[in-house]
Amino acid sequence: MKFAESWLREWVNPALDARAIGEQLTMAGHELDGLSFEGEGLDGVIVAEVLKAVPHPDADRLQVCTVSTGSGDPVQIVCGAPNARAGLKSPLASPGTKLPNGVKLRKAKIRGVESMGMLCSAVELGLGEESDGIIELPADAVVGDPLTSVLGLPDAIFDVDLTPNRGDCFSVLGIARDVSAQTSTPMNEPARHPVKTSCKASHPVEQVIPEACPRFACRVIRGIDPQARSPLWMVERLRRSGIRSIHPVVDITNYVMMELGQPLHAYDLAKLNGPIRPRYAKSGERVTLLDERDLALNADTVVITDDTGPIGLAGIMGGLSTAVSDETVDVFFEAAFWPQDVMAGRARNYGMHTDASMRFERGVDPELPPRAIERASELLVAIAGGQAGPAEDHVFEDLLPERKPVTLRQARLQKLLGIELDRDRVSEILRALHLQVDVHADGWTVTPPGFRFDIVIEEDLIEEVARVYGYNNIAESTAVTSTPLQPFSESRIDSDRIANVLLGRDYQEVITWSFVDAESDQLVTNNTSELALENPISSEMSVMRGSLWTGLIQAAARNLARQQDRVRLFEIGKSYHGTLLDTREVLQVAAIALGPVLPEQWSLKAQAVDFYDLKGDVEALLQMTGCAGEFAFVSTSHPALQPGQAAALMRDNQQIGVLGKLHPAIAKKMDLRKDAFLLELNIEPAFTAALPAAESVSRFPAIRRDLAIVVAEAVTAAEIREAVAAAAPALVREVRIFDVYRGQGIEAGLKSVALGLILQETSRTLTDADADSVTATAVTKLQQEFGAELRD
Amino acid sequence: MQSLDDLVAAAANEIAAAADLSALDSVRVNYLGKKGELTARLKALGKVSAEERPAAGQAINRAKQALVTQINARKEALENAALEARLLADAVDVSLPGRGPGIGSRHPVSRAMSRIERIFCNAGFEVRSGPEIEDDFHNFTALNIPENHPARAMHDTFYFPGGKLLRTHTSPVQIRSMVEEGVPLRIIAPGRVYRCDSDQTHTPMFHQVEGLVVDRGISFANLKAVLHQFVESFFERDASLRFRPSYFPFTEPSAEVDVLWGEDKWLEILGCGMVHPNVLTNAGIDAEEFTGYAFGMGVERLAMLRYGVTDLRTFFDNDLRFLRQFN
Repeated sequence: MKFAESWLREWVNPALDARAIGEQLTMAGHELDGLSFEGEGLDGVIVAEVLKAVPHPDADRLQVCTVSTGSGDPVQIVCGAPNARAGLKSPLASPGTKLPNGVKLRKAKIRGVESMGMLCSAVELGLGEESDGIIELPADAVVGDPLTSVLGLPDAIFDVDLTPNRGDCFSVLGIARDVSAQTSTPMNEPARHPVKTSCKASHPVEQVIPEACPRFACRVIRGIDPQARSPLWMVERLRRSGIRSIHPVVDITNYVMMELGQPLHAYDLAKLNGPIRPRYAKSGERVTLLDERDLALNADTVVITDDTGPIGLAGIMGGLSTAVSDETVDVFFEAAFWPQDVMAGRARNYGMHTDASMRFERGVDPELPPRAIERASELLVAIAGGQAGPAEDHVFEDLLPERKPVTLRQARLQKLLGIELDRDRVSEILRALHLQVDVHADGWTVTPPGFRFDIVIEEDLIEEVARVYGYNNIAESTAVTSTPLQPFSESRIDSDRIANVLLGRDYQEVITWSFVDAESDQLVTNNTSELALENPISSEMSVMRGSLWTGLIQAAARNLARQQDRVRLFEIGKSYHGTLLDTREVLQVAAIALGPVLPEQWSLKAQAVDFYDLKGDVEALLQMTGCAGEFAFVSTSHPALQPGQAAALMRDNQQIGVLGKLHPAIAKKMDLRKDAFLLELNIEPAFTAALPAAESVSRFPAIRRDLAIVVAEAVTAAEIREAVAAAAPALVREVRIFDVYRGQGIEAGLKSVALGLILQETSRTLTDADADSVTATAVTKLQQEFGAELRD
Repeated sequence: MQSLDDLVAAAANEIAAAADLSALDSVRVNYLGKKGELTARLKALGKVSAEERPAAGQAINRAKQALVTQINARKEALENAALEARLLADAVDVSLPGRGPGIGSRHPVSRAMSRIERIFCNAGFEVRSGPEIEDDFHNFTALNIPENHPARAMHDTFYFPGGKLLRTHTSPVQIRSMVEEGVPLRIIAPGRVYRCDSDQTHTPMFHQVEGLVVDRGISFANLKAVLHQFVESFFERDASLRFRPSYFPFTEPSAEVDVLWGEDKWLEILGCGMVHPNVLTNAGIDAEEFTGYAFGMGVERLAMLRYGVTDLRTFFDNDLRFLRQFN
């Protein structure tokens, strides 16, 4: 909310400058978003009067004005504004004046005609963002006076960010109340001048839904001057609050709302047909609003109606059919109380957010409507004349929100804040906030005023006390209860350790979006995700990813496009599965690698990354578990992977991961121009670790026996190793595969596999005879099981 | 015949002049070999008179000893020179790059988050997590944000058909932890959160770390202390904090915390407050007996300040040239 310093000072005038007041607002919980200063450097600008305006001899759009400056002879000014005319009073900047936009004025000849300065628009003086001519000053402005004194400048403009619990602060009055409490400065409310009722004019109001409309204050004012214009001071105050002047009657409703916090609406009485009747809308009914929007109404919305049907949305916006205009002479003011629960969310349901709806949703003082009607009447009669009918207040007192007393215990206050507060200081703070306070032995009973909707429980009062006492004055305390040490799990490998292994293997961590485009997700997972957002930011971020690979592939493609030829990325995050009713979030680690295995180096031949590089990375990760033997890699098919280069990682017969080569067709569709390899592990099942159980190391030497066999391609390395190990489980420590050969000398469809058997006993040194016997058994097994032939 | 001394002197010259091991060896053979000159003189001792023989024999042996010593010394010198020459030939250019893949780096957001976790774990906090696809109850209602509450408008929530949503903050973990574990409780909950907002200073996905402590006798003064310590720990320097009254439906009193940055700039870094009694009650906890504090911080914000990142969006651009700076 924006408001001018000068307006605030009319209500409370602390001995602080604008910046200090801004600081106080921030520390009261009304964060200062901006503080700007207007009207500085306008000292040389005075009120001038145009005496005569004649067309410029050589320019169609210019006029040559004779201007009185209040002293000395009139001066000649060339002016391009369309509204320059005889009799107009307007600001004049004389030669030598430096305007806020940096322009320094000089005596000049414009198209051959001498000009002694410039008549100024609001933009030129830094007093607005737009203007359609020079400023029109009021007729009673004294020619020759400094402009600053006429406009009440310089002035500061506060822009504060109000929290939703403090609806009472959406007005100069509300802010002034908090500044008063915060700075211990008494309020200085301007005197009220109620207008006398001078006619009997009235308009009937029927309250058919008193629960939703417990108060409807209103008044008819007849015979206003349709020619009247809003006074400059009001236009300026509204402008400084970010509100444009529209029409005196509308300006007055806005002004009163800004001043007191009560939204009002003004109807053209002549356009009303029959009694005003607030009621719930009938489903499908329509109304055309002031902004010309035509709405189909929901049945949960309260509308203002007359005999023609809905003529406005209660507490949100008035209707077009009964709006005031330049022809309006009879005005009907409305100031109602719309309870929060009647207003909550309604404007948003229509995609609307108005000054009125914002205030009502946050709570407007139910006592305000009659006062607002009085203030609006006072302003209207002063500005546009007219006869005021009786001020009417249709109210159901017992339906207005009731402010219940709240007890504040001194002990609770101290317990929650952790400090001791002087009782008298607490009483003083509570009273300064306009709360009604009863002091008793162990605390206070506090009744909040009508404008405070946010004080319901004890903690609300504690916050109020702390806020005014100053959060910064509460001393820190490290006194906390002891926290016993808990059993510290060693069976979970945390994400930091997983990351560290991958970092050590030169993978770069990335964070990609949890939502991806549906097409890529479908491509990678071969599944149409049900987890599609109703309101995505864009179609690129519309479904929850079923795999981390989608984001990794996209990130890799982007980096390739940025001339990175070696890309190795990993991410730790969730993928999302299941249905809307039964979602599953699976924490995973996933990686992508493409380009050379190692960075280009002077002594190495470049070698492109392949399946076994990725597998080595997976194995390194799994080694952390101390259960490497529990994992098995089995050939699999996967929608995103190239057939024949895809492996499922199994543990306890459960698939816990997958790795392989990205299917070239998918790579192409996703604009990845290089072969890429991917891995993905489910962290929970993959990284459950065993506690190390130490065994003593054999003191006896190991023997190595090598043998080479020829087997069918289909026989896997795992099968061969398993068979060899089974030949003498007690002696075979390790079976290494040190060569796999296909080609010359080996029949097509077969392969040669070279094995190294590491044999060792813990209790004795093995003999050559032992080794020969194990080798022989192994060879026999290989022959029997796989038809292997020994190769020499 | 040449005198023994001359012979020794001549041999010494030849030893010194031997340029390599084989030249040296031929010098040795010439003097000390089977047919060498000294060997010949030893053989000729028989012709010397018995009286003179011992002295002559001693002289020849001394000469022989002297030559052996000189040859050995010369041999060692030649060997050393040869080794040195060989080693010199093996010299490497130490400025050529080494071999191997190097290491990757953590994403700055993970790095900051991990740092935050460790700081709090050192203070006895435990890490908890919760689902990102949440229900309305845990994300809003249980946190004292009933339907149509204006605070919901501040959240810009992503919804799924049927009412589920992407959590807008990590605060639902408060509720889940209190309900599942009861109190006392001392946890942090790091994770991804989502808001339907995307511009220069907002990304639709970002990271928060939530903190919650509930116990008997927990006060606002404790909250101030722990956050002050955290900020000083995270930034590794003394820090001035400013606690500003604010509003969160799930805390009362509520505050936003600014840190003094540079001379006179206050930067907002987190929100916090005392857990609202309704939230405790919603989780089945006696709000009269137990009090607690909660806080929530944006990890990106802290990472930006800590590592001098000026554009939030670079965190999610995943440009290697940017990420490799965080080793």
